[in-house]
Parts: sequence; structure tokens; C-alpha cells
Amino acid sequence: MVAALDNGLGTDAGNTTGIGDPFLKIRDVGKQFGSFVALERVSLNVLTGEFVSFLGPSGCGKTTLLRAIAGLDPPTVGRIIQAGRDITALPPAERDFGIVFQSYALFPNLSVAENIGYGLRGAAWPKARRHQRVAELLQLVGLADQTVKYPAQLSGGQQQRVALARALAAEPGLLLLDEPLSALDAIVRLHLRQEIRSLQQRLGVTTIMVTHDQEEALSVSDRIVVMSQGRIEQIGTPEEIYCAPASAFVAGFVGRSAHFMAKVHTPTGYITTHGLVMPAKAASTLLYGEEAEVFIRPEDVELRPITDHGDGSFEAVVAGYEFLGPVCRLGLEANGLRFEADITPAAFTELGALPGARLSARFRPDRLLIFPAHG
Amino acid sequence: MGKPFLAQSGVIRPKASSDEISLRIIQALGFLFLSLALALPLASLLLRAFEDQHGSFVGLRNFAIYVTTPSLVRSAWNSVWTAFITTCVVIPLAFAYAYGLTRSCMPGKWIFRAIMFLPILAPSLLPALSLIYLFGNQGMLRWMMDGGSIYGPWGIIGAQIFYCFPAAAILLSVALSTADGRLYEAAEALKASRFRIFLTVTLPGALYGLVSASVVVFTLVVTDFGIPKVIGGQFNVLATDVYKQVVGRQDLNMGAVVGLVLLLPAILAFLLDRWAHGKRTATLSGRAVAYRPKPRLRRDLPAFLFCLSVALALMVIVAVAVWGSFIRFWPYNLSLTLDNYDFARFDTAGWQAVWLSVKLSLITAFVGAALIFIIAYSLERGPQRGFLAVLLRLLATIPLAVPGLVLGLAFIIFFNHPANPFGIIYGTLAILVLNSIIHFYTVGHLTAVTAIRQLDPEFEAVSASLHVPIWQTFGRVTLPICLPAIFEILVFLFVSAMTTVSAVIFLYGPDTKPASVAVVHMDEAGQASAAAAMACVIMAISLSAKLMQLVVGGLFARFTSAWRR
Amino acid sequence: MRFILLALALLGLAPMAEAQQRTRLTVYTALENEQLAPFKQAAEAALRDIEIAWVRDSTGVITARLIAEKANPRADLVWGLSVFSLLQMEAQDMLEPYSPQGGEALRANMRSSRSPMTWTGMDAFVSAICFNTVVAQQRNLPRPATWQDLLDPRFRGQIVMPNPNSSGTGFLTISGWIANMGEQGAWAFMDRLHENVQQYTHSGSAPCNNAARGEFGVGLSFDMRSVTLKNQGAPIDIIVPTDGVGFDLEATAIMRGTRNLEAAKRLADFTVSRTAAELYGRFYAMLALPGVEPTVRGYPAEFAQRLVNANFADIAAARERLLAEWQRRYDGKSAPR
Repeated sequence: MVAALDNGLGTDAGNTTGIGDPFLKIRDVGKQFGSFVALERVSLNVLTGEFVSFLGPSGCGKTTLLRAIAGLDPPTVGRIIQAGRDITALPPAERDFGIVFQSYALFPNLSVAENIGYGLRGAAWPKARRHQRVAELLQLVGLADQTVKYPAQLSGGQQQRVALARALAAEPGLLLLDEPLSALDAIVRLHLRQEIRSLQQRLGVTTIMVTHDQEEALSVSDRIVVMSQGRIEQIGTPEEIYCAPASAFVAGFVGRSAHFMAKVHTPTGYITTHGLVMPAKAASTLLYGEEAEVFIRPEDVELRPITDHGDGSFEAVVAGYEFLGPVCRLGLEANGLRFEADITPAAFTELGALPGARLSARFRPDRLLIFPAHG
Repeated sequence: MGKPFLAQSGVIRPKASSDEISLRIIQALGFLFLSLALALPLASLLLRAFEDQHGSFVGLRNFAIYVTTPSLVRSAWNSVWTAFITTCVVIPLAFAYAYGLTRSCMPGKWIFRAIMFLPILAPSLLPALSLIYLFGNQGMLRWMMDGGSIYGPWGIIGAQIFYCFPAAAILLSVALSTADGRLYEAAEALKASRFRIFLTVTLPGALYGLVSASVVVFTLVVTDFGIPKVIGGQFNVLATDVYKQVVGRQDLNMGAVVGLVLLLPAILAFLLDRWAHGKRTATLSGRAVAYRPKPRLRRDLPAFLFCLSVALALMVIVAVAVWGSFIRFWPYNLSLTLDNYDFARFDTAGWQAVWLSVKLSLITAFVGAALIFIIAYSLERGPQRGFLAVLLRLLATIPLAVPGLVLGLAFIIFFNHPANPFGIIYGTLAILVLNSIIHFYTVGHLTAVTAIRQLDPEFEAVSASLHVPIWQTFGRVTLPICLPAIFEILVFLFVSAMTTVSAVIFLYGPDTKPASVAVVHMDEAGQASAAAAMACVIMAISLSAKLMQLVVGGLFARFTSAWRR
Repeated sequence: MRFILLALALLGLAPMAEAQQRTRLTVYTALENEQLAPFKQAAEAALRDIEIAWVRDSTGVITARLIAEKANPRADLVWGLSVFSLLQMEAQDMLEPYSPQGGEALRANMRSSRSPMTWTGMDAFVSAICFNTVVAQQRNLPRPATWQDLLDPRFRGQIVMPNPNSSGTGFLTISGWIANMGEQGAWAFMDRLHENVQQYTHSGSAPCNNAARGEFGVGLSFDMRSVTLKNQGAPIDIIVPTDGVGFDLEATAIMRGTRNLEAAKRLADFTVSRTAAELYGRFYAMLALPGVEPTVRGYPAEFAQRLVNANFADIAAARERLLAEWQRRYDGKSAPR
């Protein structure tokens, strides 16, 4: 658990020296609502220009953390430092951020242009400059022809862009996105997340996005913070999170996998489950007889004809299949152990993997994700 | 890591934003306002019930006198049984009417809907006066009484049915129109009979509405003062007892005791309604699809005929009062005249009473709507924790359970106390305005809260992130979007202040007699035609306000259709 | 919040600004509504710097209100209230002693016997029966000549009378019966009369108004109301029962604790003046100031002879007790009919 926090963060919370001082430093931030602890002392750094996602199931504390950063629900304990300034206790209006909510919170009685220009007020924004900035932003989000429309007259995707433009209007140092895409349908979502990413890269604005959609987080983030039950489980790049999950929770939450309990077997580097014995690289550091949680992703299962026996292979029966286009996902069972395997359509035909077919299966020893059951 | 609580050391004290501070200040002012104008008067009423005329504490002696005075106990029983019978009659009528409006395809629905509102636009004395013209000893239909007298329980029940009908019909229409159309499709797909669908889908769906409407009708009857005053004869009820104790005998202590007794059914009803409300929220699904009835003659024709007859009955009662107000000398000279509208002949205040009522209602409406909306906003969007917000929220809902007579009595006791510096408003228009605002506070508050809750909860967060102060967002966004609701509160307050008798009958001063009180006084003096005329003037003014609401509402909807969904 | 301040400013200050000019006297009264406008007009014409603000209600209500406000009086003057009530207040030391200029000219039995005076009479009024002749014909009711005649079962449900707790007329009616029949006899009479009474009304005018409209056949009321209605063309006969009627004085007094004592004294002076007496004479036939000819018409000629011999002070002293007894016996006790 503590090891997980090492990613992207000096173990010494006070230590802030190093190359590229982080833009946002979060130290021991905790939040308590009455007797319920929503966030347990978490720490992390966000670098300038970075796109960081907070990923986790609902109730994991990701939104609480975002709202603490925004000052909407100040934390109970800890410190938040943005661009060298301690902002922990400041109200939102004295901080420097733009925010897009899941609902967008567009002002329905104001036009698109009025919404975008809403925060551009005061001496810093004379009328001409404001108009120019609004036009610029409309251009940026591709809504230059929708200026006079009201939010209700726009599509969901267009509303999302208006919200984004409004949040970016005054050039905030930090952009906060609270589940910005979850109100949209699947196709628009795919398209918009890439748009957000490229906009962010073009402007270089430091961005934090809260999401429960792992695919979304994996596809746009520089780094992902996986959270569960008010704690940070892992901080890392999308590859690290996917390929080297730091905990059983991360392994189970990110990506698809079969999950089962196993015992460490002899010789070292072998595990046994459901009467099957198989090599597992990660088990070599564990003691004999130790109980472990094991995950295997569908793409890490190798299938061969039943006649083909190899080290660690075992017989499995096809229980069902799902045709997904580029791959076929088979549901299999061996001695009561259920798991999935992805194979190409060509291999599917070759193996004749119809329900009831018997095949030889093998979990890639280097890809079995193993976590001691009682860490 | 498994420690359930965060360490208590190093707890952050967030710096309050100026937005938060200003909302907190409004909450504090709102709390102060409602404490002064509601909590303290009610507290002094409560204290008064335990004192004698000289202000010394006598414990439960007043209550002992109450329960051992048979006439007072009988009044309580009379209130309860007439309210019960009225409820039993009104609820089925209103349910069938609302059913016709929401679940049939009969023609002329909008006109039935409009007629349904008529009774709330007149003071409750109007139907009582009408019934006397119809069924009194010289009434046009007195043969229908078969020798019985309209003066007494049957007159009260008859007039209350008219007076309570709109409240029940409105609540039930809302309950019936929020039904989930998918349930009906499912039931039909399962080949359930129409009767079975009615029993298993319609009734349970409207259950909350039925409970709520029954509670409201029961409370209205128990707490109404105008009807038993006019048509009750020697049949005493709680509301007339309070009046007799306070106005007739100036015995504020006994008045306070009867007032507390009157408060009981109202509070019970209030709690029952809260309970039913809790049940309802548990069963309502957010994904409901509106039910749209399909034309069916076997349902639409009876529905139409039923609604037509109810609407006609309502119209007749109003029409009789209007006609009676023009009669020269009932029943001996039926020629028409405007003499009864020369109010100065019957009551010193004359037409001044009408203008005073208009002034009172206008100030109540504008000041009240502003206060109610701003306080509701500070509660909804301001700091939620702390005793202030919790207490303020509670105070805002209490007036619903406090009958007008009780509130009025609490006001005399509190504001006429020699030591009270706020006593200067006693006998002025200000105390009438204050009383009317408080009396109708909760309905306005709930309307405001509903409207504010429909707004995106993040508006304030967005404007804070954009460094825009909250009052600017309030003015540019919240207020324009909530205008229809504010207008509704405004008209509600206006009409209520125009028509209410019970809230102000104890509080008017030498130059501040409202029209509704003048109606009571003219009726007390036996000037039925003049009383009817004044009641008609009040109704006409309320009706104009309501029509204006429709017109302005329509215009507003047209100008804002671009941004309304 | 600005709204509240604005409203308070509007509401609070407007009446104050208006009151600068003339002295405003709050006058409590139980006079009939049609009397108020001419009385106010005449008084304000005579006393140019005084303005009258009426608070009118039934006798019982005004009395109870004055007593309730004893600690914190709101009224400056009482003009036109039953002498029974004034005597009750005199006993509680609520009246300001002052002998108005010209007060000595009033009939001795129609003003306070104290010196200085605590109250001065205006006129006397008596109880009377309003008898609807049309209803009588329809329902075959006999024309009553005495109070005892009203006990006839044919009158069942046809009689309305004022509630003495709220109405001065109601009280003077029962005080007449008590003077006439003795207290025991009066209660016995009322017990039987109660069987025939349909309603006890709040005001003393209501029974006659109701009888005039034919809502009921018989209304127990007072002379002035019945005469006015008859003069308006209502089909009623005014009956002054031959077995003696109670009477009452309408009177004036200054309230102790008034903040406008000087103005109140001048208004009190006006109320005993000849101008005022002529005004009273437009409505009542028996005036406190001798030598003024009443101009009201339609009074039954013989009524002055039928007055009972009443001792105001004794009856006033018993007022509270009598009312409580009445309340106990009749109010709300009757089953609805």
C-alpha cells in the first residue's frame, strides 16, 4: 500500500526539491463528513501541463478530492499548494481554476456567448477584449456559428464544449473536469475525449479529470490516480496501471480479468488452484502455502488444440463466446475455474472453439497478476 | 490506516468566502425575523395559557376550566365531526373531478380547471351567505330543507364543501397527473380489467395525494372561522369559540387555551402529511413516463357530465352571492340596485376597507415574496450545517400548521405587551402585513424551494470559479429563471391576504380594517346583502390578480420559450 | 433585506407624518354605523383641530376590550357606550373624572352623580320586538303584546335575540326582565324562552335586521334599529311589550391614561352640547338634555311609560355575574336545531 504511493511522489511529504517543481502539491489531505471519512490523508503531485485522471468506483473519494482542490468542500486536514501558494483554506473565488461539471451547469437563460463571457468582467476585461476573447474561444471549441443560441438549443456535445470554453475563458492555471463526459452517449463520448485531450495539449493547461470510466482515463491521461474507499491505490501512467497494477483492487478494477484464489505451490514459481498447477513468475517471491489473489486478463490466455500439451497447460471446455469484431472472447471452464480468453476470429475458426469444444489452455506465467491475500 | 476518524489536530478552518458570509447573514436575519414574528408570539401564546388575567402562573387551571366546561368541549367535538363529514364528501367529489381533468379526454378541460379555482378567490363567508340565500328561511330552495334549518352543522358542511373543494381538487389533480404511463401499459399488456387497473395502479399512485388532500381539507374546516360565524347559528365550533373568548370576552388566557386546542388537529394533520410525504418519495421513480389518456366515450361522457354538474354547482353558489349583492331588500323587494355597494352606509370604513385590503395585499405580496424567496435561497444555497440553517428550515415550515386565528391571537399577546418595543406596530397596517406574510409563509417557501431546487446545484460553484460574486449570479440567472415561481408566490400571497379573515380579525386597528373583516362585521349586524357585496368585490379583485398572473405568465413563457426546455 | 427596511419605513412613518396636523383622538364606541359619519362630521366641524378615529364594535366587545387594555389604554374617549359598561369601568377606576361644560344641564338621572362627573348620558334606548308581519301571516304567528306571549310554542325557532355577552342590547333586554320579574323569575322565563330562540346573535342590530328580511319572524332588538328599518320600508311592526321594557343610556367618558387629555376634554364638552343633543335626537326619542325636541319619527307613542324601574348601579355591579350565568345556561348548551 505504502509502496503504491511512491509513484510520482517523494516518500517524504515535505520534500519538494527536484526537477520541475510540481504545479499542484497535495499533502495528507483528508475529508470527514460527520463520522464518515470520505478521504483518508492522501498525497500526490501534479506537474505543470499534466493531464491527471482520478479513477475509481463511485464513493471512492475522487470527487471529494476534486472538490477539495476546487475549494467547494474544503478538506478537514492536510495541505494543498497550487503554484507555490497554500490554497487549502481559501474559498473557490480566491483560487485559480476553471471547472466543468457533469451537468455542465450552463446558465439556461444566457446565450452561448454570454455563458462563455460570464467570468470576463471587471477592469481586466474591457468590452472589446471580452468580445475578442469570447470569439477566440468559440473558434477554439468550434461553435463560432452558435453564438446567439441558448444552451437548450444545443446538442449535449455542444453544451459540453460551451462549458469547457467558459471554464477556460479567463485562462485559469488549472482545469478541473468532474465526470465531463458521462452525460453523453457512447459515440459522442469517444470523439469528445480526444478533443479535450488535444485541446489540453495545445493550451498546455494542467488538468485534473474525475471519471469512473477506466477506458476514458486510460486513453487521455498522462497519469492516472486510482482510488478506492477514500485511499489512493496507485498513481502511474496508463501502461503502469494496466500492466503492473499495484494492488488487487487496481488489477480487478482496471481492465478485464478473471479473478480466482490460489495457493503458492512447490517448486517456487508455481501456484495451484481448482486442482490445477501452473507456473507463475510473480509467485516466486512468495512462501509456500501462502494464499493469493490471482488475476488473468483474456489476452494473456493462450489456447491450443486439445492435443497440444505444454508446460502449465490444462484442459478447458468452451462455455460460450462473444464475437467482438477484431477478437472473439471465449468463456471457458476448467475444473470449475471460469475464465475468458481473447483470440482472433481466424484462430477461432482454426480451433473450432464452439461451445462444448475441449481445448488446451495456458495462462502466460509472466502475466499472471498475483497479490498475497492478506497484505 | 484502518482508523475510522481523521486526527483532530491540524483541522483546517476554511476561510469563508464573501458569498458564504452574505448568505449566512441572510440566514441569520431570516432567523431573527421568523423568531420575532413567529416563534416568540407562539411562545407567548403558550405561556399565556398558563396564566390568569393578572399574569400570574396558574399551571393547568385554565385547561381544567376548559375540560370541565361542557360547551367548550362540545365545540371541539363539533369541529371534529363537521370536518370529518366534509372531508368524506369533498375527497370523493374532488377525486372524481380531478380524475376527469387528468385521466379523460373530455372537452373543455381548461374551463373546468378555471372554475375549480373560483372558491379560493372569495372569502369563506361567501358560500355561507349564498347558502342562506338558497336554503335560509326565506331561501329560494328552502323547500329542499324539509323543515330543517340551514343554520348549524349542515350549513357549515355545505359551505365548507364549496370552500375546500379547490384545495382538494388541485392536490388530487397533481397526484393523478404525475402517474407513470408505463405502469398502465404494463397492466394492459397483462390484460388486467379496467377496474383492477384502477384498484392496483391508479389508487395506490394517488394514495399520497389522497392522504394529503384529506389532511388539508380537515385542517381547513377545523381552522376556518368565516363559515361557522355566518351560518353556524348556535352551533359552536373551536374557531368561533376562540373568537368569542378573545373578541367577545377579551379573555386572552382562555383564548390561548382554545387556540392551543385548535392547534392540536392542525399539528396532527401536519405530521400525518409529513409522514405520507416520506412514504411517497420512497415510491416515486425518476424515470416515469407521463400518462396520456386515449379517448373512450364510456369514460369521457360520464366524466364530462360529472365535472359539468360540479362546475355548475360552484358557479351557482358564486352567482347567487353576486345576485344577492344587487338586491334592494331581500326578500321583499327583489329589484336590483347598487345601494349595497355603498359600503359607507353599513360600515364606517366603507370603501376604505377595500382599498386598505388592496394595499395590504400588495405590500404583503411584494415584501412577502421578496423575503420568502431570498430566505429560501439562502437556505438552499447557503451553508447547510449549523443550528442556524436547521432551525430556520424548521421555522419556515411551522406556519403551515398554525391556524390564522391562533397566529392572530399570538400576535396580540406578543405585540400588545406593554414591555414589547415592537408594540408600535400594533394597530397599524404593518402588523397586518407581518401577520399575513407569516400566515402564508410556508406555501410560498415550499414553492420557492421547489423552484430553486430545479436549478443546477453547481451554478454557484461555477460562478465562484469564475470569480463572479453570488449576488450577481442570483440577479442574472437565478431570479430570471425563477420568475414564474416568484410570480406564483406573489399572486398566492395577494389572493390569500385579500380573502383571509381569521388571520387579521384580531389585529386590525381604527384605520386599518380590511374588507374581509368588514364582511364579518356587516354580517354580524345582519346586513347580508352588503356583506355579500363586499365579498363579491374581494372576489373580483382576487380574480383580476389571478387573470393577470395568467396573462403575464403567458407573455413570460412566450418571451423565454427560446431558453426554456 | 432592503425590502424590509423600505416597507418598515413606508408603513411606520406614513401614519406619523399624517398625524402632525390635528390631534387625533381614538374614540371607542358602540354607536350604530349610520350614526358614526354624522357624529364625526359634526364634532370635527365644531372642533377644527381634532380628528376622530372610531373603533366600533358591539357593546360587549368594546367593554371587554377597554378592560383588557386597562394596563395599556388605546382609547382616549368613549362616546356612545352602555352606561352599565361605564359603571363597571368606574368601579375599576378606569374613567377620568371631568365635569364637561354644560354637563349640569343634563337630566340628573342621566349623568354621573359624582363630582367631578365620570360619565355623561346622551340618550336612552329601550328594548323592542321587531315583528315581521309577512312571516307572521305565512306562519300564522300571533302578534305578541307582552314578553310572556313569546313563550307560545308557535314561536319555536322563530325568535332571534342578541347574545348579552357581546351585545349591549342583549344585556339591557335581560336587565329589564330581571327588574321586572326578579332574578329568579327572569331565569325561569329565559329558560322557557330559550326553547323558542333560534339564534343568539353577536350584535344587537342583527335580530331586527334578520326579522326585517323575514329570515325569522321575531327579533328582540332595540327601538332605534327597529324604527330605522321600519322607516326604510321593512314589513315589521315595532312592539314595546306592555309588561315593561329594560332601558339603557348611551353615555360618554374620558379614559384614564389618555395621552390627549386636553383634546379629550373638549370633545367631552361637545358631547353634552345642544348641537350634539340635536344629533342624538335624529335617532333617539329620549334625550339626556331637556328642551331638545327629537326629530326622529315612527316611535311608538306609548313606549316611555313602559320603562321598568331600574337601578343602573346595582345592575352594573351584577353585570359580570349575570353574564357568566347566562353563558353557563344558554351559550352553546342548546343542541343544534
